[in-house]
Amino acid sequence: MLHALLARINREAEGGGRYALARARAISTLGPLLALILASIFFTTRTDRFLTSDNLSLVVQQVAVVGIIAIGQTLVILTAGIDLSAGAVMAFGTIVMTRLAVTHGLNPFESIALGLGACTGFGLLNGLLVTGLRLPPFIVTLGTLNIAFALTHIVSNEETIANLPRPLTFFGETFEIGTTAITYGSVLALGLALVTWFALTQTIGGRHIYATGNNPDAARLAGVRTRRVLIAVYTSAGLLYGIAALVLIGRTGVGDPQAGQSANLDSITAVVVGGTSLFGGRGGVIGTVIGTLIVGIFRNGLQLMGVAAIYQFLVTGVLVIVAVAVDQLSRRRRA
Amino acid sequence: MGMEGIGRAEAGRRALVKTRAGWRLAALAAGAAAMLAVVGCGGNSGTTAASTPKPVIIGLITKTDANPFFVKMREGAQSEARAKGAVLVTGAGNASDDAAGQITALENMVSIGAKAILITPVSAGVTAAIRKARSEGVLVIALDSPTDPVDAADALFATDNSVAGKLIGQYAKAAMTGKTVKIAMLDEAPGSTVGKLRHDGFLAGYGIPGTDPQVVCVGNGGGNQPDSQTAMENCLTKDPGINVLYTINEPSAFGAYKALVNRGKQGQVLIVSVDGGCAGVGGVVDGRIAATSQQYPLKMASLGVDAGVDFATTGKRVSGYTDTGVTLITDKPQTGVDSKDTKFGLANCWG
Repeated sequence: MLHALLARINREAEGGGRYALARARAISTLGPLLALILASIFFTTRTDRFLTSDNLSLVVQQVAVVGIIAIGQTLVILTAGIDLSAGAVMAFGTIVMTRLAVTHGLNPFESIALGLGACTGFGLLNGLLVTGLRLPPFIVTLGTLNIAFALTHIVSNEETIANLPRPLTFFGETFEIGTTAITYGSVLALGLALVTWFALTQTIGGRHIYATGNNPDAARLAGVRTRRVLIAVYTSAGLLYGIAALVLIGRTGVGDPQAGQSANLDSITAVVVGGTSLFGGRGGVIGTVIGTLIVGIFRNGLQLMGVAAIYQFLVTGVLVIVAVAVDQLSRRRRA
Repeated sequence: MGMEGIGRAEAGRRALVKTRAGWRLAALAAGAAAMLAVVGCGGNSGTTAASTPKPVIIGLITKTDANPFFVKMREGAQSEARAKGAVLVTGAGNASDDAAGQITALENMVSIGAKAILITPVSAGVTAAIRKARSEGVLVIALDSPTDPVDAADALFATDNSVAGKLIGQYAKAAMTGKTVKIAMLDEAPGSTVGKLRHDGFLAGYGIPGTDPQVVCVGNGGGNQPDSQTAMENCLTKDPGINVLYTINEPSAFGAYKALVNRGKQGQVLIVSVDGGCAGVGGVVDGRIAATSQQYPLKMASLGVDAGVDFATTGKRVSGYTDTGVTLITDKPQTGVDSKDTKFGLANCWG
């Protein structure tokens, strides 16, 4: 009964039957995929150093941190929310983990657990404020962005924390396939994307997230506990930022209070370029993976070509506008 | 029964509305109290005038609160102010390009009666506000970077970032004599004034134009560790033969070094940098960085406070440019390039 209703809400929101839903999702992923392929072909013709397994592994390493944040951001944006606190919460996580382990000499695994806990706590706080006080996510996370930023700098005393024990830096270590070195952080990022994809598309909880994003009132009438869904979404996003913190520590080998300052906008860029709608309910984590790769490949490819850094911003800007325009136009046509 | 239930619900809702209104009032009151407390503090220093000599108020406005460089600058100013019996009030923009935030801080300081204001101007956006403050009799000294135009402030206390770049350029040139050189340069961000001065200074010191084929890669590392690591990885993919690396600052050098370690190339690239923070000099000690141009943010701040107190007591205005100096720090000196060792570097480092 409940699920029949839910299915109907989804159908109505998507403007047709299952077929239309599948087609809409395919279109929203196909565009970004095409852009990714075209960009890759372009850079391959421009520099022979682009299409090598070493370079591609490098690009994945470089985007793993923002990619993991973007997975959390995807969950939030699917509910028609936004999370500005993402990067600041991650930076706080790196400082909690490294400071506890190095300065206070805590067991590294306990430090990691507490860091993950701190980030998850921030996510829970976001969720409670959004649902409890019914404040707009933009404002709530703007507030927690500043709180996490301040705590990061107060706790770290502006110092970079180095000489980390091994478990903390594990995700920066590599294994080899053939001659190509791949970091465990890259594998973890892809694994998290897969798990999230499964949860979003194959579980009831995932359908509830889409339903809440599509039409919260209808979802609530159909029996979805939308508040719980939102709290779960923000809390999971917080946990993902904590995992991103651990991967960042592995990559840089330090706890850096300056880290992550543009990660919120970078992750939103990746999500949007990946075809997820800022209005909620449409898109998914596969698109976000593609969006993250597009941004990373442009940065890498343009630098290999020797193009000045400022053009990377130009290209990113154009990509964002195109992605949002495509989303809007496809909505209008189906409406 | 049903009616009663509705009545109760209604009462509950009213109570809720009431508590919400009460809540808002409480929040307002708390905010007002906090503001009064701040104003009260500012006022205190004025009201004590009757009994004791009126302490001089000196303002310090940095670009942001978060950057360690500015944190150290503030600490330097604070201890000097304490030593001179002056009161230091501080403010900052929200970001390294937040002119509006700096203007607000400037106006607030003028209105609480600051005699002198030290500012690290973010851009030409603050120039008009600086002129206005000076027209009201306040001494304004630019620290670290010049105002645009330079004469908008009374004086400039700064390190010559161009010379800082030049020194490491000359050092790299001397150290690589007779070798085939491939240079990578990691800048801060597009549009950074300090970044351009250091970048161009390095090239001038090395004696080549930016278009020279020996410069094989220019990347944007944001002056921070993670982004510099990414930029250096891409540079190494572009040209694995890079053997000289210029970085805008030491965090950037450390990020690039991590990229070298990941490639097993540590020790094969001569890294030169700028700043001379204690962590950075540590990098020279352990050999990650070959040489760094050391600057002195604490000195800028303490000289600025001195000049401010001097102005308040004697009315003497400082003017012109005071170079707070830059020293090349290295443990492998090159002939023809003046430098000091890391012992000196550690004794004089900031942060």
